[in-house]
Amino acid sequence: MNWYAIRAIYRFEMARTFRTLMQSIASPVISTSLYFVVFGSAIGSRMIEIDGISYGAFIVPGLIMLMLLTESISNASFGIYMPRYSGTIYEVLSAPVSWLEIVIGYVGAAASKSIMLGILILMTARLFVPFSIEHPIWMLAFLLLTSVSFSLFGFIIGIWADGWEKLQIVPMLIVTPLAFLGGSFYSISMLPPLWQTITLFNPVVYLISGFRWSFYGVADVSVEVSLTMISLFLLICLFTVRWMFLSGYKLKN
Amino acid sequence: MDAVIRIENLSKTYADGFRALNNISLDIRRGEIFALLGPNGAGKTTLISTVCGIVNPSEGSVLADGHDVVRDYRAARSCIGLVPQELTSDAFESVWATVNFSRGLFGKAPDPAYLERILKTLSLWDKRDNRIMTLSGGMKRRVMIAKALSHEPTILFLDEPTAGVDVELRRDMWQMVRELRDQGVTIILTTHYIEEAEEMADRIGVIRKGEIILVEDKQTLMRKLGRKQLTLQLQNPISTVPPALSQYPLTLSEDGLQLTYSFDTQSDSTGIAELLRKLNAEGIDFRDLHTEESSLEEIFVSLVRDTA
Repeated sequence: MNWYAIRAIYRFEMARTFRTLMQSIASPVISTSLYFVVFGSAIGSRMIEIDGISYGAFIVPGLIMLMLLTESISNASFGIYMPRYSGTIYEVLSAPVSWLEIVIGYVGAAASKSIMLGILILMTARLFVPFSIEHPIWMLAFLLLTSVSFSLFGFIIGIWADGWEKLQIVPMLIVTPLAFLGGSFYSISMLPPLWQTITLFNPVVYLISGFRWSFYGVADVSVEVSLTMISLFLLICLFTVRWMFLSGYKLKN
Repeated sequence: MDAVIRIENLSKTYADGFRALNNISLDIRRGEIFALLGPNGAGKTTLISTVCGIVNPSEGSVLADGHDVVRDYRAARSCIGLVPQELTSDAFESVWATVNFSRGLFGKAPDPAYLERILKTLSLWDKRDNRIMTLSGGMKRRVMIAKALSHEPTILFLDEPTAGVDVELRRDMWQMVRELRDQGVTIILTTHYIEEAEEMADRIGVIRKGEIILVEDKQTLMRKLGRKQLTLQLQNPISTVPPALSQYPLTLSEDGLQLTYSFDTQSDSTGIAELLRKLNAEGIDFRDLHTEESSLEEIFVSLVRDTA
């Protein structure tokens, strides 16, 4: 393993995060706070409890997931798209590094940032609504798995995209709708039976359900299924990235 | 011969069918400065990119210091430094951060003292904390070189290193390249400036339409193809070259006012003195004369044209 290379890429990416601290950290925190003000405090006070949890507390895991998905994808996709766009990718491609080392560097940095954001949002949420975390270890495990999987997914988008527009299109047109319809703001059990079945095809449902379980011990689908689905997604992404690097897809011609 | 880079039957066909490299075989000797000359689109950059791992070869093999650049890429790439043609850099990074990044990327332990030496050699030390975007074009070029040297390569590729660089910086770079060669670094440079190859290179390769059409020691090349011409402007036009001068390769211009004598720079005596005496004996007066030596540039142009 070329550890110096992994460290170099990781540091480079983290430096980018801290250089754009306002944009990197402040904007997700502010937008999540707005969600809490509107849905948690203003509307939430008029909503009935779901599964015995106040509405404000109910949406905390979903909102964190929503932010985690969008931030992981945008960080990782930007991280690899930028050097492709500017041409500096030549250096990484000509360096004595394997695809895995490149991925650990870039995706590791993007996931680290997402995890920091997730924890930051969690603390922000605590200022608005009281909630408890029943299984903190599992909560962190879900946080980690989701950040890594979706950073990998973002990394794939960053290699696939050949324009700024494409870079935005997947998060905007696919991931955000899936997250909103995946039970961020409601329990799947509140839907009519047909829609409950359809919803099960939405992968984000499993993420939110598992994550919410780690908070309150209640879930729409079983935790084992959630974990299996996330792990499966992670593996698919990992093998896709591996294929991209070994074949040179959009990286080498 | 100790080849530090051995290219064998290398071909590259791009996805769109364009054959950028066609069965290239080339050895680069350890410790030499090799200049790769060729017109735009001849395949210079593709060749370099294939050796450095940025372009996948279609056929053939490349060994860098004995390591196959595809199978044993770690060992091969570790000894290669690349200064690409385009000035691509991380605009928001500082000079210091970017050279440290490059060193780490190539798997070398941090060595601030070494990097300090590099930056000082390249007159970048004062700018080490500046963001790259604030630097001038010439300074950015130096940063690219510093990045390539940051991991102590033994083989250095310079792809058009002096394109768009002012005269002073160009001289500096030539000096630096010579110093690197003296330290044992093998240097392969591509250039448009024939002057640069003439000034720097030990050997010259000419690439055209993806094929190497010539590889030669610079001195040999200049001798072999270098010709001198003596041109005489005559006082009065003559209709034919007098029979007494028939032993000389003389050509007469159409207006009969200009005699051109071509001779080889290799031969011991040029025969000019004798020719002039005989002209005098024939009563041919001339009002002016001058000699020309073909430069590498003319050699290059004629090579590329002849094989077209």
